[in-house]
Amino acid sequence: MKQPDAPAGPAAATRELIRFDQVTKRFGDHTVLDRLGFSVDAGKHVTLIGPSGSGKTTILRLLMTLAKPDEGTITVAGRQLFPAGEKQIREIRKDIGMVFQQFNLFPNMKVLRNITEAPVTVLGLSKDEAEERARELLDLVGLGDHVDKYPGQLSGGQQQRVAIARALAMRPQVLLLDEVTSALDPELVAGVLDVLRDIARSTDITMLCVTHEMNFARDISDEVLMFDSGRVIESGSPDKIFNDPEHARTREFLSAVL
Amino acid sequence: MTWDWNAVRDFMPHFWDGLLVTLQALALGSLISFALGLVWAVLMRTPTRWVRWPVGIVTEFVRDTPLLVQLFFLFYVLPEWGLTFSALTTGVVAIGLHYSTYTMQVYRAGIDAVPAGQWEAATALSLSPWRTWTAVILPQAIRRVVPALGNYVIAMLKDTPMLMAITVLDMLGEARLFSQQHFQFTEPLTVIGVAFVLIAYPASLLLRALERRLVR
Repeated sequence: MKQPDAPAGPAAATRELIRFDQVTKRFGDHTVLDRLGFSVDAGKHVTLIGPSGSGKTTILRLLMTLAKPDEGTITVAGRQLFPAGEKQIREIRKDIGMVFQQFNLFPNMKVLRNITEAPVTVLGLSKDEAEERARELLDLVGLGDHVDKYPGQLSGGQQQRVAIARALAMRPQVLLLDEVTSALDPELVAGVLDVLRDIARSTDITMLCVTHEMNFARDISDEVLMFDSGRVIESGSPDKIFNDPEHARTREFLSAVL
Repeated sequence: MTWDWNAVRDFMPHFWDGLLVTLQALALGSLISFALGLVWAVLMRTPTRWVRWPVGIVTEFVRDTPLLVQLFFLFYVLPEWGLTFSALTTGVVAIGLHYSTYTMQVYRAGIDAVPAGQWEAATALSLSPWRTWTAVILPQAIRRVVPALGNYVIAMLKDTPMLMAITVLDMLGEARLFSQQHFQFTEPLTVIGVAFVLIAYPASLLLRALERRLVR
């Protein structure tokens, strides 16, 4: 599956797609993100690791416009996401897809309609086009023969794969993955991760991934960002972070989870 | 006290007329209260307080004043402002409006029970507010509250005799008219009492069946 908007080749590899500048987010007295700055180039797969409560999920939620920062600027493909007007936010939102920890499929719609609803009503695809796209994506995630089921009839792992297909059906430039295997029974994790590995390999979609699956992070990441107390304390290739971390907090964290 | 079957026989034609009026008032009143209550509930979730405040004040006012007062107000005061409707229309509107302030709270509970993740998924997919409400939130919310709405239909049924106060000849109105003309009270009042049970009991059975199917 090609992303039509993102030019292929080496030029694409250096195009900056996401930038956080001095971003602060507080919940009450608790500062979750503290003047955070980082950027992600188009087509890169970036994994955010770090202890719970270090602000990783908040970063994804800010990008998906599910929360607003208190200070700072966020830019997506050269357009400011914050601060910005509602119209600009709506435009940028279409370029971003998200897969949630709890799947969040619409239980009142069959699998196929879960996937076609947004392409039809938001992108203006015809029902036939949207269904064709949905069936291709369901084949990709290995659920081609489940189109007529309701989410409640599927296992957690199957639901999460439908959720991945649903996000991809909007052909976003960026895919946000928020602990997508944390709510799954252990035996279902591998199937979901395999699908994501496949997508990481075969598309040039930009991925931002919060996960506790360190092997998965090592496999798919171009870059790993280590978070602690709302800041990036260390970043680098997976090789460097996992094999030769500089920061004591990183070593501590990795020895606890690996 | 003697029971006179002839009185029952004489009353029946009037009874059917009254039953028809009662059922009309109930059906239309229910429809209005379901539709209007949904509108109130959704308006109460709009981000602008200039919508929420007036809706909140008006519905609170309607909920906290007696239906009978509202019936009299609509029936006797509106014509002074040049608005004249038939007694039945006025009664149906009053019942529908009054009960919409209850059904709105039922809908609100249903909307609140839809998990936050559903709203977030709708945002992540860029669904419009209209699609978010009509395709995602309301189908899930309404499914949960159908039994609770049904309870208000039965409550409304039992409030329809109040329409008699504004000259509508519902079942009770017909019974009272017949009684006054024939000085026989037992038979017509018993007949309509039985009729209320015969409508309300199957309705509540139906509701319980619906509840088992819809609420898992």
